[in-house]
Formats: sequence, structure tokens, C-alpha cells
Amino acid sequence: MKKENVPQDDNKTYSGYSTKVVYAVNDTGGYAKVKTTGWEVEEVVLRDVVDDFMHQAETARKRVLAGQTSPIEYYMHKRFLDLPGLAAGMGLAKWRVRRHLKPSVFKKLSASMLQRYADLFDIELEMLTRFEENL
Amino acid sequence: LDTVIAFEHRHYAHCESGVLSSLFKHHGLALSEPMVFGISGALGFAYLPFLKLGNMPMVAYRMFPAHLIKKLPRRLRVKYFRKRYSDSKQAMAELDAFLQRGQVVGIQMSVFFTPYFPPEMRFPFNAHNAIVIGKENGAYLISDPVFDQIQRIAAKDLEKARFAKGVLAPKGLVHFPLELPASLDLDPAIRKSIKKTVNMMLHAPPFIGLKGINRLAANIGKLHRKHAEKYIRHFLGHLVRMQEEIGTGGGGFRFIYAAFLEEAYQLLGIALLQEASQRMTAAGDAWRVFALACAKAVKREQETVDLAAIAGLLRQCGQAEKELYLLLKTLKKHKSVRIS
Repeated sequence: MKKENVPQDDNKTYSGYSTKVVYAVNDTGGYAKVKTTGWEVEEVVLRDVVDDFMHQAETARKRVLAGQTSPIEYYMHKRFLDLPGLAAGMGLAKWRVRRHLKPSVFKKLSASMLQRYADLFDIELEMLTRFEENL
Repeated sequence: LDTVIAFEHRHYAHCESGVLSSLFKHHGLALSEPMVFGISGALGFAYLPFLKLGNMPMVAYRMFPAHLIKKLPRRLRVKYFRKRYSDSKQAMAELDAFLQRGQVVGIQMSVFFTPYFPPEMRFPFNAHNAIVIGKENGAYLISDPVFDQIQRIAAKDLEKARFAKGVLAPKGLVHFPLELPASLDLDPAIRKSIKKTVNMMLHAPPFIGLKGINRLAANIGKLHRKHAEKYIRHFLGHLVRMQEEIGTGGGGFRFIYAAFLEEAYQLLGIALLQEASQRMTAAGDAWRVFALACAKAVKREQETVDLAAIAGLLRQCGQAEKELYLLLKTLKKHKSVRIS
């Protein structure tokens, strides 16, 4: 890739946060660090994943309100986790996390367990316990 | 207690090689990011379909995280400090003690708990690297090589990020060089690392190196048999994300490695290295063409994805790399003509 061919596509995701560095060939045939605002290709594949998680979160939100799953599932998708990832992040067995997704079990979870979930999701405890009011 | 250590922040392509290059420079030994990356033997390829990450097979364009931190000091024969912790309070206290002593500290952290990352990039990836250069008003100052400015992170967030659980858990890793000479003869380290990388790419067991690339190409060609369009698009997108998005310097680290070969040519004066560099650039360009085709599939530009064509592009990447590794294999027959 030549220096002048480094894409500068103003990727939405990290615009305002930083630019990125790539290595490209300069005029004399040597290599140089070049700052870039992104390549559309990266943005396309990232959006695809993010949209997929958001779609799953939205489905989960409806199911929480219908009493079919617990708010943990909503925030799991919202924070780009799947069940194995959530269990690993919590340091719990998968079957335990799966149980915590049942509204009946979720209701009985201890405050400290809920706090651990809240810490992992980086949210306030109330966003789990008073889900509807904090959406 | 506030301490801010004078430190020149540098912006790099990849977190681990960037951290090492910055730390070495801070301790008086100038070593560029490509040099760090190349000498550590960080280039690689692995396609491990039996290891799943978020329902996707594991694909890597380089060696495992922490490979560089381990291999670079060994190959340069310099003393290096590394420590992991089980107790997060102790780890944070010792970090403060290092800073008090004026020691900047390389750390491993989880992107998931790092608020200065763009929200949409905060995936559960535990092996990000950065340097702590000070503490001010309860927040740590971070020289993160993939950001153009110094970043700040609250103490409680840093503690969470250093003790994230799961795959590749950081366990509070801290590291920095202990004693560095002002200059080093890089000739033997360059030769040895190139030999290792070439051998691995050409002759490693299945799933690794060229065999991994070809196996991935074969599996892409067969995706239609087993999977729906939606999975196929996710799969191709996943490959591109591993290749381009996550601090690779473009072309799945191939451009960094090409820059390393070019720098090695400047140092050792062996024309073969320059040719290998140019071929590696061409291989990186081929990977970019492959990524573009995958992204077009993700964007649904055609009704069905032409998997045979995409697999063909991937085989071309493998072929381009194979030729240059065979060329590099003859490096031992060439004597260095000038060593600066």
C-alpha cells in the first residue's frame, strides 16, 4: 500500500477519539507510519456485528417486559457478550448464568450478585433491579 | 499522591509492539515498532476452527498476545521485569509504588473495561497493552500506543480492566525493561527471528501458517454446504475484523512486517531483504483485496456470496507469502555487508 492510497474514510466509530496508524510505502520506497481516519471496510464489518448485538438486545428488551427473561440478558447483548463470554467475565459456570436469566431466579438474586453483574456491565444497580424505569 | 513521569507519548499501529518500542526508547534504546515486531517473531497465522470466540472460530494473523513481551527481551538478551498478581489491591499498590519510584509500567488490560475506548469497540478482549505514566487526582495517565493522545482512566476502572476475568485474563500483568545497553548488534537477532517466522509459516503443524491459510480457504469454499447466508456474512466479517480492525497496521500485520524487512535491509545491506520486503507489501495488498471482497459480501452487494472467488483471493495471499518465505529461507547464505 502506497502512502497516498491509505484510505481516509472518516470512520464514525472512532472519530473524535483518535486516528489510527498504518504502515505504508513512501515516495522513496521505504516505509512510513501514516495516520488514518479509517477504512470503510472496517466500519462495514464492525457495524454488522454491532447491529446484530443491538438487534438481539432489542428482542431481549421486549422479552424482559413480557416477563420471559431477566434484564441480565438485555445488558449481556447490549455489552457485546454472549453466554460463555458473560459466564467467563463473571467467573461463574454457564449453567448458573443461564439460571439467572430466568425471571423467577433473577428476582431472588442477592444484592451482592446483582452488584457483580452491574459492575461487569458498567451500569448502576437500579438499571437491573428497576429495569423498566431505567431504560 | 500525584506523580507524573516525563514520558514521550508515541502513536503506533499495534498495542504490544508499540508499548515495547515506547518503553525501550524511554529507557534509552531506540528500536522501532516494526523492529520490535519482527525480532519478536510476532508475525503468524492461525485458523483454529475448534476454538470459538463468540460463536466464531479463532483466527489470528500474529502470535499469541504476550508473545512479544516474552520473546523480545530473550532474543535481545536483555533483562526484563514481568509480574502477574492474584490480589488486585496489592497490584494497584505496587503500581503506585513503581510510579513513585519514577518507573513507567507496561500493563495488560481489558478493552471491555476501558472507558476511553469508543463504546462500540469495547468488546470483551482482555489482551490490550498500554503504559501507565502517572497518577493525577485519582486517575491514571495512560500512554496507549493506539491513541494519538495521552488518555486518563479512573483508578477503579483501571483495577477492573487489569483484573478482567475470562480468556487471556491479564491478572494485573506489569512489565518493563531492567537494564538496557545503549546499542545492540541486531544482526543475530534479526536472522534468528526471520528463520523462526519462516519455519513456522512454512512448516508448522496444520491450522498454523500457510497450512492454516489454505485450510481456511478450503473451509470458506465449503461454507454454503453447512451454513445460512447470515452466518456466512458474519464469518467473513469476523475475518476482516481480526485482520484490519484491531491494531494491525493494515493487511493483517503484513505491512508492519514488510517495514521490518525494509529496516533490516537498511541495517544489514542484504538486497534479498529488500526484495522480501517488497513482496511482503504485495502480500499485504492481496490481504486488503481479500478484506474488501469480504466487506462487499457483508454489505450484501450481491444476492449470494461468491465464496469460490473469495477463497481464491485468500489462496493468492497464501501463495504470495509462500514465495517470499522460500526466498527468506536462503538468507543464511548471504553475509551482512554493512552494520550500522
